[in-house]
Amino acid sequence: MEHDREEPRLPRPRGPLSRGVATYLRGAGGLPRLEEIVRAEVYGEDLQLALYLCYELHYRGFAGVSPDREWDPGLLRVRAALEQRFLSALRTDARVHDSLDEALADLLVEPVDGTGVSHFLRDEGELWHLREYAAQRSLYHLKEADPHAWVLPRLWGRAKAAMAAVEFDEWGGGRAERVHARLFADLMADLGLDTTYGRYLDAASAEALVTVNLMSLFGLHRALRGALVGHFATVEITSSPGSRRLAEAMRRTGAGPAAEHFYDEHVEADAVHEQVVRHDVIGGLLEQEPYLAPDVTFGIDATEFVEERFGARLLADWRASRSSLSAPLDRETTHTS
Amino acid sequence: MPNSPSDRSGARRRIAVQRKGPLLVEGPVEVELEDGSVVTSDRFRVALCTCRRSRRYPWCDTSHRDRA
Repeated sequence: MEHDREEPRLPRPRGPLSRGVATYLRGAGGLPRLEEIVRAEVYGEDLQLALYLCYELHYRGFAGVSPDREWDPGLLRVRAALEQRFLSALRTDARVHDSLDEALADLLVEPVDGTGVSHFLRDEGELWHLREYAAQRSLYHLKEADPHAWVLPRLWGRAKAAMAAVEFDEWGGGRAERVHARLFADLMADLGLDTTYGRYLDAASAEALVTVNLMSLFGLHRALRGALVGHFATVEITSSPGSRRLAEAMRRTGAGPAAEHFYDEHVEADAVHEQVVRHDVIGGLLEQEPYLAPDVTFGIDATEFVEERFGARLLADWRASRSSLSAPLDRETTHTS
Repeated sequence: MPNSPSDRSGARRRIAVQRKGPLLVEGPVEVELEDGSVVTSDRFRVALCTCRRSRRYPWCDTSHRDRA
């Protein structure tokens, strides 16, 4: 599998904000005005894509966009205005647990009659559902564990050592063929999807963009390091049971060995990771900075909130026999390498 | 910073036990099962099932969790 020699292409704009940012990135015009940012729907695809474009400069950038734009003061001002709207909406809308212990306890209970996306895919998912799910999730899984690395210089002692150990495991324990992002690319290949980084940005729903923007927001701000740890804990704690259902979906539909392996690996890996994250990353962080407990709780609650929105949107579309994607898969060019 | 050579505690394998949850063992490990077969994991830490409900036994798959 050869890919990622080139930076991703800029996606199609989805409104005035994303058009403004994309145009500015190409060096062909001015940035969106602050009044436009104030008016836009906060979880809508235009604002979220504009924010995604700002964040992507910190990962792989875009073809034809100068890497210097990453620290362009005008663009950072726009990003800050977008983030302010996003963060205040999350603080208003996400359920807030009274304590971190309660938030963690809720995550650790498995519903007997679950009705989430992984339950749907296990019980009635067809290959086209799995392909859509993988295309949407590729925005996250092809940078799996990457934004969480930004927290490492902001931790020390037990929390740092544990976080680095889990990250090392996410990145394949030193073996390129075991990097989780690579395992996901192999899953995509089994499903006949293009494994190129950024390929499905046009196809991703607003709700999928929100899930990725959340981890970039938490990862890029030291002030939100507690929330980033809460995000990581939520992903690791909920991953094992969900991955088991997704592995069953892959097996039942005959998606392929790499597709099964991705989720089988996550059942086992995340059963370990969630223990390490709870005991040593959260435990170590709060030993040193106990006042961050509400931030960790907020990170958990915000992650649950955006994941539930994403799942609800997928299920609403699928139950209506509609595609969940913003651009159909079959209209996109096929991968050749 | 290397540990002092006289400090032998670094050579001991640490196992974390919990009343509810898996045994956490520093990896890599080989686990010999009842039938004599051996399974291995190279992970930095492994979670060994103690509730016997895991479908990936001997590895924990979080089946010990409460259901509601």
